[in-house]
This record gives sequence, C-alpha cells and structure tokens, in this order.
Amino acid sequence: MSAKWKSRLELTGIYTFILFMFIVIMYPLIWALGVSLNPGTSLYSAKIIPENWSLEHYSWLFMDPSSQYALWYKNTLIVASWKTVLSLIVTTFLAYAFSRYNFKGRKHGLYAILLIKMFPVLMGMVALYILLNILGLLDTLAGLILIYVGSSIPMHAFLIKGYFDTIPRDLDESAKIDGAGHFRIFFQIILPLAKPILAVVALFNFMTPFMDFLLPRIVIRSSENYTLAVGLFNLVNQEFSNNFTRFAAGSMLIAIPIAAVFLFLQRFLISGLTAGATKT
Amino acid sequence: MGEQHARTDKPQISKHNPKLAMLLSIIPGLGQFYNRRYMKGSLFLVLFLSFLVAFADFLNIGYWGLYTLGTIQGVDDSRSLIIQGIISVILTVFLIMFYWINLTDARNEARKICEGWRITSIREGFKQAWDKGVPYVLVGPGIFMIIFVLILPLLFMVSLAFTNYNIYNSPPRFLLDWVGLDNFKNIFAVPIWRNTFFSVLSWTIVWTFVATTLQISLALFLAVIVNDKRVRFKKFIRTMLILPWAVPAFVSILVFAAMFNDQFGAINRQILAPFGLSIPWMSDPLWTKVAIIIVQVWLGFSFVFALFTGVLQSISSDWYEAAEVDGATKWQRFRFITLPHVLFATAPLLIMQYTGNFNNFNLIYLFNQGGPPVRGQTAGSTDIVISWVYKLTFETLNYNMAAVISIILGLIVATVAFFQFRKTRSFKEEGNV
Repeated sequence: MSAKWKSRLELTGIYTFILFMFIVIMYPLIWALGVSLNPGTSLYSAKIIPENWSLEHYSWLFMDPSSQYALWYKNTLIVASWKTVLSLIVTTFLAYAFSRYNFKGRKHGLYAILLIKMFPVLMGMVALYILLNILGLLDTLAGLILIYVGSSIPMHAFLIKGYFDTIPRDLDESAKIDGAGHFRIFFQIILPLAKPILAVVALFNFMTPFMDFLLPRIVIRSSENYTLAVGLFNLVNQEFSNNFTRFAAGSMLIAIPIAAVFLFLQRFLISGLTAGATKT
Repeated sequence: MGEQHARTDKPQISKHNPKLAMLLSIIPGLGQFYNRRYMKGSLFLVLFLSFLVAFADFLNIGYWGLYTLGTIQGVDDSRSLIIQGIISVILTVFLIMFYWINLTDARNEARKICEGWRITSIREGFKQAWDKGVPYVLVGPGIFMIIFVLILPLLFMVSLAFTNYNIYNSPPRFLLDWVGLDNFKNIFAVPIWRNTFFSVLSWTIVWTFVATTLQISLALFLAVIVNDKRVRFKKFIRTMLILPWAVPAFVSILVFAAMFNDQFGAINRQILAPFGLSIPWMSDPLWTKVAIIIVQVWLGFSFVFALFTGVLQSISSDWYEAAEVDGATKWQRFRFITLPHVLFATAPLLIMQYTGNFNNFNLIYLFNQGGPPVRGQTAGSTDIVISWVYKLTFETLNYNMAAVISIILGLIVATVAFFQFRKTRSFKEEGNV
C-alpha cells in the first residue's frame, strides 16, 4: 500500500513539473502570437489575449507598399535552396573522401578544420566583406550563398563522415570487386544508405538563412536583397516598441512553418545526430 | 611510353638514376621526361609555366603589399593589400606542394624503374593516377571553399592584430603599419583594456558554465522523468518540450527582450505586478545576467533533451532489470547505467553546447546589446567576449584590439575543444581505414 502511494506521489510530482514546463514554454510563444493579433502598433497597450483581435499586421506585411516582406521571403527561399544543394554536394564529397580514402592530410585534416571553426568569425567578416567587394559580389545573394556554404562545411562534414563510417566497408569492397567505379559506389551505395543524415544536414542547411541575421546584415546593404531574419531585425531594431507587433506577425510566419517541420521530423533529426556523433 | 615494352635488358635499367631524376625535376617535368613519362612530364611543365605566367604579377604585388602595407596614402588600401598578400602566401604554399610532389614523383618512379618496374600503357598510367587522385578530387571543392571562407578571414584577422588599425588610423584614408606585438602588450598593460578584458572574460566563463550546465541538467532531468514507464502521452509531452528548439532563436530572443522590458514588458506587468514587484531586468547588471541565463536555459534545454531522449530509448531494458534483481536503488540505476550511457553517447555534442554558449553572440546582442553599460569599461556588463569583439569591430572600429581578443579567445576555445575531442571515441578511431 505504501509503495503504491509513493508511486502515485512520484507520478504527481512528475506531471506537476511537466505542466510547469509547459507553461514556461508556451507563455512567451502564446504571448508573441497574442501580440501579433493586437490591433495598433504600440507594444504598451498590447495584450496577450487581445480584446478585438485583427489580422491587420499580417495584411500589412504583404499588402502595404512600404513592406518588402514578400520579397524577403523570396530571397530567403532562394538563398536557402542554393545553399542546401551546393553545400550537400561539397560536403558529402569531402565526407566520403575522409571516410573511405587514405590520402595525405586525412588523419589531421578534419581535426584541423573543426579547430579552425572554433575561432570566432566575427572579425573574419571584415575580410569576407573586402573579398566579396573585390569579387564584385557584395550586396548580392550569390555572395551570401557562397559564404554560407563555406562556413557550413566543417560541422556538416563531421556529421556526415561520422555517419558514413557506420556503413559497413564490406559493401563498397564487394562493389569494387564487381567493377564499380569510385563515383558509382558513392552514388549508388553510400548515398542511399546515408539518407537519414543527409536529410538532417539538408534541413539544417535550409534553416540557417531563416534564422541568421548577422551575416546578411554585414554582406547585404540594400533592403531589396534582405533575407527575412535581417529584414525583421531591422524592423524591430529601428523602433523597438513601435514596430514590435508587426515584427511579431512577421516572426510567426517564419516560426510556425519551421517549428512544424522540426516537430514533424524530430525522430529523424535525433537519430541522425546521435548516430553521426557517436558511431554506434 | 609504349616503346618501353621492349626495354627488358637488366643492365640498362639499373643505370637509371633516382638522384639524377630528382635533380632534373628542379625544372618540373624534366625528371619525368628522364623517366620516359612524356605525357606526365609535359603536363607538369605546362602547369608550372602557366602558374608562373598567370600569377607572377599577382604574387609580386601581394608580397610587396604584405611587406609595405602600401606606400601612397589615400591610394593604396592596406586592407586589400593584406588580403592579396595572404592569397599570395596561400598560392605559394600550393606551388611548393606541387613542386615537392614533382620532385618526389620523379625520384620514386626512377626508383621503381631501377627495380624493374615498367609502365605498360598510357591508359593504365591514367587509371593509376585516377585511383590515387580521387580523394583529392573529392576534397578539392570543399577545401577550396574552406580556404577562402574560413582560413583567409582567419589569417586576415591574425594580421590585423599586428597592425595599428583603429578608428583614428583606418584605411582607405590612412595607411596601416605593422606594429609587432604592441597590441598584445597593450591589452595587458593599459588599465582600461586589462580591466575590461578580465571582467569580460570572467563573466564569459561564469556564463558558459552556469547557463550550459543548467540547461544540460534540466534536459537530463526532464528526459529521465518523461522516460519513466508510468508516464503516459509521452509523444505529446516530448513534442511540447522540443518546441523551444524548433522556434528560430532570434525570434524567441527578441520576444523575450520585449517581455523582460522594464516598463512595458509582460514579466513585470503581468506576472510580477500582482505581487507588487517590478524588477529592473534591463538596467541592473545582476538582474540582466539572471534574465539572460533564464532565457538561455529556455532556448537551449530542448535540443539536449531531444538528444538525451534518443539515447535513453536505445538503452536496453535488460540493464535495468538486471540491476533491479541485484537490488540497486533508483539513484544507483541512474548513476551507473543511465548517466554513463547518456554522457558517453552525446559527449561531443555536449562539448559543442559549452563552446556554443561561450560564443553565444546572438543571445547577448539581441537581448540587451550587452548592456547595461559600465563606467570606465569599453564593454557592457553582460557583454561576453564575442559580443565585445563585435562592438569593437563594428561600433567603435578598434580593429586591432578586436583581432587580439579574437585570437586569445579562439586559442582558449580551440585548446579546450582539442583536448575534449581527443577523449571522445569519434576521434580516437580516426586514422584506421
């Protein structure tokens, strides 16, 4: 009897704590949603449950001539797509070589790359700015894409290589004996087996342009080339309290699809990450 | 190369001299000609010559620029000259590597010929070259991008640390000069720099440990209690708990910044008002620090929670059953089964949580721009090293000091990460193909 009571008490404690976490998690999100539905642009009068809610900020984003939101959305989609495709090609090649071939610099190469990545890149952005200027790619989406691809390589190569290592080597050995070439083994044996991690990395690649405001803030000058993150950041940075309701509305339109994709693929994401990092 | 088929008499082969081959290859390709690999020889020669012709001017200006940093004020831009100089150095490294390959190739093939090795056909030669070259072809594009997007900026930053590039002396109006180790001395010798540096560094370390450890502990606790077999609706609970990870961080941070606002924030107006409290979240250094840690725990725990949950589900229940039979307590089961499994499987990712927070620019900058400000310091009270560097670079234009600090910071993080990575399994197995 006492064991049963103890168990019930424990379970109550667990549920209470989980409920507490739910409230802590949901409160800011619901608050932001509430604010975005408030009429008027003042944050001071905004309420979490608006008395007469309206979609005026959402329609402002798309309809108002002074809003470039739709354009930013398009830019972000362009950057994200190109980044995903290019980065996947370059990174999987690199990871494949590090996983399967013996070459000079292999042993310490990945180490070195990861350690280089530990240095803060903020200062480096001055160099990238000048480099892009020399190449004539300043204030263009192409320049932004190139830098994104380059800086995503180390981490993703590490993840993909870890996953490739878990694929049994016998598979490519026997394919080699059957006369398959290097690239055939890669495309027809390794890649199909590595789909989970490729999906994870593709998703990470695709998401970064939606979330990063720092790099586009430095590389992109004209507002018609902004990505969503930097556009929204500037919106709220100019007049924090006066534009916050519009910012909230714009954010909801990014946060909701991204959150939906993450939650939908969560299982996939976790298994890909842990397998890649730990070589199970 | 086909004519070599006929060459089978031994004496002639042993006359072949590896040293001579290497010596001839001082002009790339000649050694290969001597080895009778005419295709390869001409390829090397053409490559070498075209490299020289194409880059001679560039290298010349590059090294001149790196040495002088420009001579005509207002015309030469020292920054561009540094970049061209760095690219020249990188090109030179490639040239030396190519030269070295050319020399050793001539010697090795000459040796093989001495031992009676013969090249059968052009086709086979190509195939061998291809087999050997595939990994380099695969790595090529990636390394190329890494060199230009990561290594070049890094070297540029390192160079700036040795110049006098600050707000009073900035290109293109003025020329830069090399100043040796002066900046490194200044950061420890000039009081305002030294004080700021150590106060920012100590807060950065405290911040990293407190915030990251809290977020990992909370995640572990939640993962374990949700994994309890008595708990129902697991899937729903997990989805809810992963939500903070799924929402883009810059959105949540800005939302929190509004909520914590002293005057019109929801925390003060809606949650604390009934208790008659109003906390200066944004203007008091201590409260800002508390707020920032709370926000980071909110932002960061769900990713770790998701990781831990993935690992917990993969621990076989046999372990726990065996422990239960042996009479292990709940705590012992957690301590000796759950904890080692979880930490072992996620170690590299946990280290990245720490280094990530060490460099967590987004949160510090977006939440309160590092503020509130502090008297007699060039950094705000919640500024961590990285956000201080940002201010020095983009707001007060103290590039040289920002570079010095970045280097020190990078060395610290890289050293810690280096030793931690070495301990983890993923890296130990490196090297055995």
